Amino acid sequence: MSARDTILAKVRRSLAVSGDEAARRAAVAERLSDAKAGVIPARGQLPQDERIALFSKYAEKYGATIARVASIEDLPQEVSRYLKSSNLPASVRMGDDVLLKSAGFEREPMLTVLSGASDGTDLAGVSHARGAVAESGTLVLASGPDNPVTINFLPEHHIVAVRAEDIGASLEEAFAGIAATYGKGEMPRTVNFVTGPSRSGDIEQKIIMGAHGPRALHIVIVG
Amino acid sequence: MQITTPNFKENATRALNDAPLQKALKNVEIGFIAKRLAAVDALPEFEQLRDNARDIKNHTLAHLDLYLEEYEKKVIASGGHVHFAETAEDARAIILDICRKRNAKTVTKGKSMITEEIGLNDFFEKNGITPVETDLGEYIIQLRGETPSHIIAPAVHLNKDQVEADFRRVHTHLPADRDLTEHEALLNEARLVLRQRYFEADVGITGANFLVAETGSSVIVTNEGNGDLTQTLGKCHVVVASLEKLVPTLNDCSQILRVLARSATGQDMSVYTTFSTGPKRAEDPDGPEEYHVVLLDNGRTAMLGTEFQEMLRCIRCGACMNHCPVYHAVGGHAYGAVYPGPMGAVLTPSLSGIEVGGHLPNASTFCGRCESVCPMRIPLPKMMRHWREREFEKHLTPTAARYGLKFWAFFARRPKLYRAAVSVAMPLLSWLGGSSRRIHSLPLADGWTKHREMPAPEGKTFLQAWAEKQAREAGR
Ligand code: SF4
Repeated sequence: MSARDTILAKVRRSLAVSGDEAARRAAVAERLSDAKAGVIPARGQLPQDERIALFSKYAEKYGATIARVASIEDLPQEVSRYLKSSNLPASVRMGDDVLLKSAGFEREPMLTVLSGASDGTDLAGVSHARGAVAESGTLVLASGPDNPVTINFLPEHHIVAVRAEDIGASLEEAFAGIAATYGKGEMPRTVNFVTGPSRSGDIEQKIIMGAHGPRALHIVIVG
Repeated sequence: MQITTPNFKENATRALNDAPLQKALKNVEIGFIAKRLAAVDALPEFEQLRDNARDIKNHTLAHLDLYLEEYEKKVIASGGHVHFAETAEDARAIILDICRKRNAKTVTKGKSMITEEIGLNDFFEKNGITPVETDLGEYIIQLRGETPSHIIAPAVHLNKDQVEADFRRVHTHLPADRDLTEHEALLNEARLVLRQRYFEADVGITGANFLVAETGSSVIVTNEGNGDLTQTLGKCHVVVASLEKLVPTLNDCSQILRVLARSATGQDMSVYTTFSTGPKRAEDPDGPEEYHVVLLDNGRTAMLGTEFQEMLRCIRCGACMNHCPVYHAVGGHAYGAVYPGPMGAVLTPSLSGIEVGGHLPNASTFCGRCESVCPMRIPLPKMMRHWREREFEKHLTPTAARYGLKFWAFFARRPKLYRAAVSVAMPLLSWLGGSSRRIHSLPLADGWTKHREMPAPEGKTFLQAWAEKQAREAGR
C-alpha cells in the first residue's frame, strides 16, 4: 500500500469511518461549494469614505505611509515626490500592470522606470494592489506578469497604488474579488496580504522595521 | 533533535539558576501579554471567532480523509506534487530525494516547526546539503547550534549581547570595529548576509500555517518576509506540513487568521499572509518552477478519535506558553522537546511516546491560563490531566509522588482522621513560617521550596475558621 493509502486508512480507522458514507461526502462537497462566510467584524462595514479612513488608520498603525491622489495620472508625480523626500534615486521597478501603464510615467522625464521582476538591486518598486481590507489596513496583491512577486519583497521601498473603490471591508470580500477574476476555487500562483512594512521582534522582542522585506511601505490611494 | 524530556527537573533547575536566561525570559511577559489583550479587546467579535475557529477545525478533523483527497486533487490540478509521509524518516527521505533531483547544494528555509520536528537540518548536513535558516531568530539559533525555545520567537531565550557575540564570531568577513550595539545594527547585518543566500538557493523550504482544500493553496504567516523570499526565489518550493493544517475553504481560513495574529503577537494581521498555489504559471516572470507539498503524519492519525484529538486544532500561535507561569520561569529549552510550554506538554507524549514525554504534563500549575487564551479553545489542562492519569497507570510516576498521593488518599477517605491530622499540622506550619509568614524550607518538599517560598498558613484549618465565622455571624 502506498503511504498515501496507508495514511488515509489510518485516518478512517481512527475516525471509525469507511470513507464511502454518502452523508459525509455530501457534507464536504457542500462545504466546499457553498464556502460560506463566518463572522465578519462589524468594524469594516462602513460607507466608502469611512472605510477608506479605517483602512488608512490601520495601515498607518502598522507603519505604512499614505497619500491620496485624485486620479491615476497623478501617480507618477506622487512617486517622484516620495522618492525625493526619501532621498532615493529617481528610479523604480514595476510590472506590466494596465492601471500602472495608464498612469503616464513618461510625463516624469527624470524618472527611470524599469520593467519586469526585481533582481534585488532596486531601491524602489511600484505595484498595483487588486484590493485592500479596511478591517486591518491590509493590501491584497496578486502575482503575474503585471505585478511580479519579487517587487513586493526585494526593493527597500515598496510603493503600492490601490483604487479607492477597491478598498473593501473584509478578508472575505477580498477572496470574493479573487474568485470573480480567476474563478471559484482558483488562485493566481501567489496572493500576498500585506499589512505594513517588514519587521522582526526576534531580538529581545523589540520590534525593528525592515527585516528581509521592504523597510518602508507607501500606499497611494487613487480616486 | 536530541529529546531530553525525561530530565525536565534537572533542566528546570539549571534554567532557574541561569541569570542571562532569566533576564531574557522577562521579554516574554513584556512582549506578548499586553499586546494580545489590546488586540482582543479591540475586536468585539473575538470570542465568536474563537468558537468558529474551533468548529471549523472540528469539522475538518471529522472529515479529514475526504478533505485530504480534495486538497490533493487541487494541488495536482494547479501543477504541484503531493507526497504523503507516515514518519519523520519518510518525510526526510522524500525531501532529500526532491533536493537530489535538483542537485541542490544550498537550501533556504522559512521558519517551520515541522522541520524541527523531523530534524531536517542535521539530516541535510549529514547528506552534504547546506540548510540556511532565514528567519532572524532561527538564523541566530542555527549559528549557535541550538533549537528554538519558543514556537514563534525561537531566540527569545537570548539577550542582545549574546547575538552580537555570535555575529562577530561568524561574520568574520565584516570589519571587526563595526558597531553592533543597537538592535537595528544586528538586524541589518543579518539582512545583508542572508540576502545573497536566497538567490543562491536551489530549493526553498517553508512550513504552512494552513492548507486550503478549496484551492489547493498553502498559507504562510510571517512578519519578516523571509518566508516569501524563500518560496519565491528558490527554483523549487517545498512545503512541509502536518495533516491537521487543512481547512476547507478560504472563508474558513479568514476566520482562523483573525484569531491567529491577535493571539500570537497582538497584531490585527501579521505583516505577510501569503497564499501559494502550485508552481509559477507560464506567463509569470518570477516564482518557483516546481511546487511540492510533503504531508506528514508522524503520530497524528493515532490522536484522531482519542481524548487527544482536540490538540490537533492547534494553530501554533504560542499564546499558551506566553501566558504560562512555568514557561516564564524556566523557558522553552527546559522542556527538552521540540514543542515547549502547555501545547508541547500535551503534544510531546502523543508524538514521542509517554515514556519520553510523560513527565511534561507535570510541568504545569493547572492555573488554566493557557486554556483561557487558546484561540482554538483547546482544553490543555484537561489533556495534561489525561496524560498524568496515563502516566500514573503505567507506574511511571516517581515513587515519592505515588506515596504522597496514596498518603493523601488514605486521609481523604477518612474525614475525621483528616481533620484531626490537619488541626495538628496547621499550627505547626504556622510556627515554621515565623513572623514573615513564609516558609523557606520544608522537609520532604525541598523541591518546592528551593526556588519559591511557601506561604505559611494562619494556624487554623479551613473548617475551624469556617465554623468560627459562622458562629460570629450567628451572634450578630
Ligand atoms: S495550544 Fe492553543 S494557545 Fe497553544 S499554540 Fe496551540 S492554538 Fe496557540
